[in-house]
Amino acid sequence: MSEHSSSSLTTYVVIWLILLLGTALTVFAARIDLGPFNAAVALTIASVKALLVVLFFMHVKGASEKLLKLVVISTIFFLFILLALSMADYGTRLWS
Amino acid sequence: MSDSQTASVSSAAHNPALLHHFATEEQQRDSASLGMWIFLSTEVMFFGGLFCAYLIYRLKYFGDFAAASQTLDWKLGATNTAVLICSSLTVVLAVWAAQQAKRAVLLGSLVLTLILGFAFLGIKSIEYAEKFEKHHVPGPTFQFDQKVPGHPDQQASPGHAQIYFALYFVMTGLHALHMIIGIGIFVWLLVTAWKGRLTPEYNTPMEIGGLYWHFVDIVWIYLFPLLYLIDLHK
Amino acid sequence: MVTATAQPVERENYLNKHYGVGSWLLTTDHKRIALLYLASITFFFFIGGFFALLIRLELLTPAGDLVQADTYNKLFTMHGMVMVFFFLIPSIPAVLGNFLVPMMIGAKDLAFPRINLLSWYLYVIGGVMMLHCMLTGGVDTGWTFYAPFSTAYTNTKIVEAGLAIFVAGFSSILTGLNFVVTIHRMRAPGMTWSRLPLFIWAHYATSIIQILGTPVVAITIVLVAAERTLHLGIFDPKLGGDPLLFQHLFWFYSHPAVYIMILPSMGVVSEVIACFSRKRIFGYSFVALSSIAIAVFGFLVWAHHMFVAGISVYAALIFSLLSYSVAVPSAVKVFNWTATLYKGSIHYEAPMLYAFGFLGLFTIGGLTGLFLAALGINVHVTDTYFVVAHFHYIMVGGALMGYLGGMHFWWPKISGKLYPEGWARLAALIVFIGFNLTFFPQFILGYLGMPRRYYDYSHMPEFQVLNVLSTAGATILGVGYLLPMIYFLWSMRYGKPAPDNPWNAAGLEWQTASPPTTFNFEQEPVVTWEAYNYEEIDSVEKPEVHVVG
Repeated sequence: MSEHSSSSLTTYVVIWLILLLGTALTVFAARIDLGPFNAAVALTIASVKALLVVLFFMHVKGASEKLLKLVVISTIFFLFILLALSMADYGTRLWS
Repeated sequence: MSDSQTASVSSAAHNPALLHHFATEEQQRDSASLGMWIFLSTEVMFFGGLFCAYLIYRLKYFGDFAAASQTLDWKLGATNTAVLICSSLTVVLAVWAAQQAKRAVLLGSLVLTLILGFAFLGIKSIEYAEKFEKHHVPGPTFQFDQKVPGHPDQQASPGHAQIYFALYFVMTGLHALHMIIGIGIFVWLLVTAWKGRLTPEYNTPMEIGGLYWHFVDIVWIYLFPLLYLIDLHK
Repeated sequence: MVTATAQPVERENYLNKHYGVGSWLLTTDHKRIALLYLASITFFFFIGGFFALLIRLELLTPAGDLVQADTYNKLFTMHGMVMVFFFLIPSIPAVLGNFLVPMMIGAKDLAFPRINLLSWYLYVIGGVMMLHCMLTGGVDTGWTFYAPFSTAYTNTKIVEAGLAIFVAGFSSILTGLNFVVTIHRMRAPGMTWSRLPLFIWAHYATSIIQILGTPVVAITIVLVAAERTLHLGIFDPKLGGDPLLFQHLFWFYSHPAVYIMILPSMGVVSEVIACFSRKRIFGYSFVALSSIAIAVFGFLVWAHHMFVAGISVYAALIFSLLSYSVAVPSAVKVFNWTATLYKGSIHYEAPMLYAFGFLGLFTIGGLTGLFLAALGINVHVTDTYFVVAHFHYIMVGGALMGYLGGMHFWWPKISGKLYPEGWARLAALIVFIGFNLTFFPQFILGYLGMPRRYYDYSHMPEFQVLNVLSTAGATILGVGYLLPMIYFLWSMRYGKPAPDNPWNAAGLEWQTASPPTTFNFEQEPVVTWEAYNYEEIDSVEKPEVHVVG
């Protein structure tokens, strides 16, 4: 583990504040009509929040080996495959 | 990768927590960490199946899902999101405290985490109770009488709404189950920390317990906007 | 153990180090856990085989005269569930993988020995639940338990069977997790990725699938159970639910699951072919990377099980194309194994006979998979015996042959005894003949139109001849499976003691004693040689063990 100092404490608090801000932003954006982009905005903010938790709270950012990043990315990739290829069916059913 | 010393001989000076089949403590800690990360990726795929089902039905029955979603209280959902975010902070503080040998901060952070965890479950129970009262629990007693948001002339389909609530209960229920397990883990961590077994030299359980808790937080970070915030502007 | 008169006191090894039931049931030694698994999966193999026997007996005559229709539905369901979830998925990884992975990389044990034991207990619990389910009525949905029949209409014990599979699936996940962490973290000094035996690469790839795929079938089972017990009708068409969603979620796991079944077997074949041709595997990196490619590509093709179910034709096109691509890495392996044989010094011991059987039968099974990936043919032969023959060629002709070959190859290491070679070769031949007689007629039956899962084909009595051939073959196959059971057990007591490396094979596991000590290596090995260094091994006059440490 990399050594921790008070600078990491500051980082934690800053990230925490950003996460809370992001939550407020999500709610705020949901109350505005963005048309088809509401969902995209909500998911983008959620993904940024998740990324911050993974990088800073779960210490992936400082990780010395690439393996952890590979595990995270592979998992997201395969989840994406499940969602995308299922949608390949559902999204195209009405085409014919 | 491991050091050149023979692995079978254990010197008197090694940490009693070092298990015999590992050559070094670093190897043991890195193994535990990788193991937890891989376990979390199985959890992502476990919830992922539910997100897949949710995605498909939401796109198919958007209006009905919006109607159903708006019977939830987004303020409670947002509060719960804030609660979990705070608990992630207390968790990461606990890990820091364990590494810095700050016992008071460690114990305090663990207790705070538990309090926040219980708060989350408490708010969730209030929400569930309300759903029971309104007969929004899928099954023979299900009733749904709402209009599609933005289309005051259109009645939402009770069947589709029932699917929404089925997914709502399975997803948040599974999440709550993971919270309960997380609380159990942290109670054990509190006891372990109280007994002085979490030190700067050995705090692996704290670290990997923390990873688990953060994962549960991340699932909720996605659940909240997806379940609570559909078409709120209508 | 009591010593024979002329022999010295038996060396301490993992088998005789501790005695008593407790020392086995509470062991954390990966080798003992492997044997615990061996006993349990063999038990379930015979249960599954028993159901197969009844199926084949029923199909001897066109009329449904042995069992009732509902009973027949239960027979093929239980045959499938038991064979897939309680035999094939665990088989090689849980038995050979558990035993060999640490030894092949020079480690003393897996990364998480207690989780390894937990895996076995979860498997046993799942197995007991499944047994109880079968004994109290069973399930009749087919092993695929499609909605809405499984969620709304069947009155059989789907929830119990599903939960049994859920628990066994958790066992599978933990095994995969253990292997991945072990292979990353516990390789001996000098054991770089490119020096790993291909058996390890195969199990690494298998583990990826177990880790990423199994949770999705787990949540599917949860959803089915929720729908049946709590009326949370996600798949209920009356509410607007889509039964096809069940199929998407089910096959997202169950297709990669077939690669869980075949990849370890391919790993065994690599080891056996290298040893019995006395050559390194041709194209090592291609074979290694093709294992990973199969694991990845295997996740992209699941809807080829749904071509006629009602998915969009555009999705069908995509999945058909992707299914063709997944055949490529498998073909790469077959070509490389063949090239390994070329100009090799071939020996025909039993493990090699199984490897040869694998090569031919897997190729046929794989090619027929390509036929099925073609949309036009698929429409014609879906739900016929063509499909049944295809997957049995892969799972029995492929996976099971690899398992048996591996059991023979490593038996001296596992038990410290030699199996009787003559009987083993005979058994391999009987298995090969019995297998082909059982399943080749089924390709023809399917192509001619005989549907699967039918207990009565009296409207197509012309199919009887082929069915009789198939049943005859199944009987011969059964004999072929019984023989190794008998002589393996026999050899444990009466077999010749095995030398440490009876095959003069490459690989760290052969540099331990037969059977090994509990911690495998006296000293941690330091690896300075490439995998399959048979030229080096065979160039010395006397078979010599590499100096370790």
